[in-house]
Amino acid sequence: MNSVLQYTIQGLATGSFYAIAALGLAIIFGVLGVVNFAHGACYMLGAVVAAVLLDVIGLNFWAALIVVPILLFIFGVILERGLVRWLLQLDPLYNFLLTFGLSLFLVDLIKRQYGVSGLPYTIPDVLTGQIIMGSLRLPTYHVFVFVASLLVCLAVWMLMTRTRLGMIVRAATERSELTRALGIDVGRWVTPVFGFGIALAGLAGVLAAPMRAITADMGSSFIIILFAVVVIGGLGSIVGAVVAGFLVGLVEAFGQAYAPTFSQVAIFVLMALVILFKPNGLFGREESA
Amino acid sequence: MSTHTAHSDATTAPGPSGVERVTHATGRSWRHLALLAAGLVLALALPRIIYPPVAMDIAAWALFAVALDLLLGFGGLLSFGHAAFWGGSAYVTGLVAINYGLPFPLAVLVGAVAAMLLALPIGYLSVRSTGIYFAMVTLAFAQMIYFIANQWNDVTGGENGLQSVPTNFFGIEAVETDSFWFYYAALPMIILGMWIAWRVVHSPFGRVLVATRDNAPRARALGYNVEGYRITVFVISAGLAGLAGGLFAISHGFVSLQEVIWNTSGKVVLITVLGGIGTLWGGILGAIVIVVLEDQLASSGFEGIGIITGTVFVVVVLLFRRGIWGTVADFLARRKGREVEGDDVGIADEEHQP
Repeated sequence: MNSVLQYTIQGLATGSFYAIAALGLAIIFGVLGVVNFAHGACYMLGAVVAAVLLDVIGLNFWAALIVVPILLFIFGVILERGLVRWLLQLDPLYNFLLTFGLSLFLVDLIKRQYGVSGLPYTIPDVLTGQIIMGSLRLPTYHVFVFVASLLVCLAVWMLMTRTRLGMIVRAATERSELTRALGIDVGRWVTPVFGFGIALAGLAGVLAAPMRAITADMGSSFIIILFAVVVIGGLGSIVGAVVAGFLVGLVEAFGQAYAPTFSQVAIFVLMALVILFKPNGLFGREESA
Repeated sequence: MSTHTAHSDATTAPGPSGVERVTHATGRSWRHLALLAAGLVLALALPRIIYPPVAMDIAAWALFAVALDLLLGFGGLLSFGHAAFWGGSAYVTGLVAINYGLPFPLAVLVGAVAAMLLALPIGYLSVRSTGIYFAMVTLAFAQMIYFIANQWNDVTGGENGLQSVPTNFFGIEAVETDSFWFYYAALPMIILGMWIAWRVVHSPFGRVLVATRDNAPRARALGYNVEGYRITVFVISAGLAGLAGGLFAISHGFVSLQEVIWNTSGKVVLITVLGGIGTLWGGILGAIVIVVLEDQLASSGFEGIGIITGTVFVVVVLLFRRGIWGTVADFLARRKGREVEGDDVGIADEEHQP
């Protein structure tokens, strides 16, 4: 029973990275119609930048949680202004290809700069060790990541439901053309929303840094699983991204515990089943694009 | 503009030999013949111009790109998981060659058939979605194949891959040991694969396929089973990709996880886009550029090939969306004062509302 709870916590911690990053992917897709292939690379950048800043200027974990997403926001704004913007009027496949090329570029750039071995990352003592409750031993960091990501998702949820920006983003995500038809200038929000989505990927990277090997390739399998997450959740759905993120994290954790050989395959089997019975994902609406 | 000239209303039900008769403007067919002859001369001379194993790589990647373009350019479906079929066939070909010692053309055919069988369930599930969804779903399925190849150690060798895949060719030693002669033994299969792709595009099936690409609801309303056409072209494309992957495996003498990882799926998309989507033959030019580029970078010891290929990708997508073949064809067409038709571009350059 205890082990089940431990796997659950571990799965929720892993799911936290997926949920936060998938949220960014979903928001970008909603407002720009862009499936950002470079999302995995931005997640990797989040972790690498955190590790490098720790090494160079001694930026600690708490500060990194703020500073790194801001840096990635700026990076996202530059990307949108410099590259993505020029293809927005075309078939979304072009931006998919563009961001794919960008991802190749970023991964090999980091690989060239920092090699292929993992960068070290240390976290504050508060977050090390285990939380002991009776016979239960839960890794503190896993619990922290899960709680932190719930707070982030909640914050984004508040932003989406309580602010005008959120209202526009939600409207654009779910009913893009209608939103435009109502005379709302979605275009004004395109750049900041892209930056925000990239920042979320970066935040997931910072959170993952202490748990994962920080390498240039860490985003490579991450992005594919992220795609499975949004396919399962429904590409146009913000709630779907979060729920499917945690779901996939749980599948991965329990898979690793009970059938380690097939833990990764299980995610894609889950995806195949979802497509079979709900082609638009668990929370998806009718297809567009 | 390309070899694909079927341009009359694609929604009329084509007759048995419909395509062959349409719109070959005078002077056009000999121009095609000249191109074909030039292509054949290039194909035959290639291992004399460059290192034969690199020539073989170009030929294999060219067929792979033509296979992808069949699906992307004419079916309008961007598969981002074609490594599953190239690599799946590479593994099956390798296993057959190692365990049964078949002559390599037979081993490769077995691999191609295996790729088609693999493509059936994947295609069945994937064609439920189109556009960007299709790309993501095929990518995810290919990753599933990658994990299986990685984990199924007993069969695939896991991280080590399949070592020392033999080249058997009816005991003809020159082919079995010399990559120069191997190229010529393998070339007919490459050409056969390309001919099949050409034949599919220029058949009534290809006409309907283009109709499902351009206006699926209309094709459906006319009674065509759109999903059926899409699954069929998916399976054919997978078979051709498998043919290419099997030959690649034999020529290298080993199969590694590299063949099924998603970077390989991305690389063939890059080659196709660089050559020109919907031009079928553009992939050959794309393969020459990318394979030679990678070979040069690798032999000069440059690390981080992705920095260059990624940049090429970004530049092509931003500035040369029609690719090499498409751009040249446009240029020639303009010079001749002919109307430029956007007919052959799989991904439409049209206004999109996200």
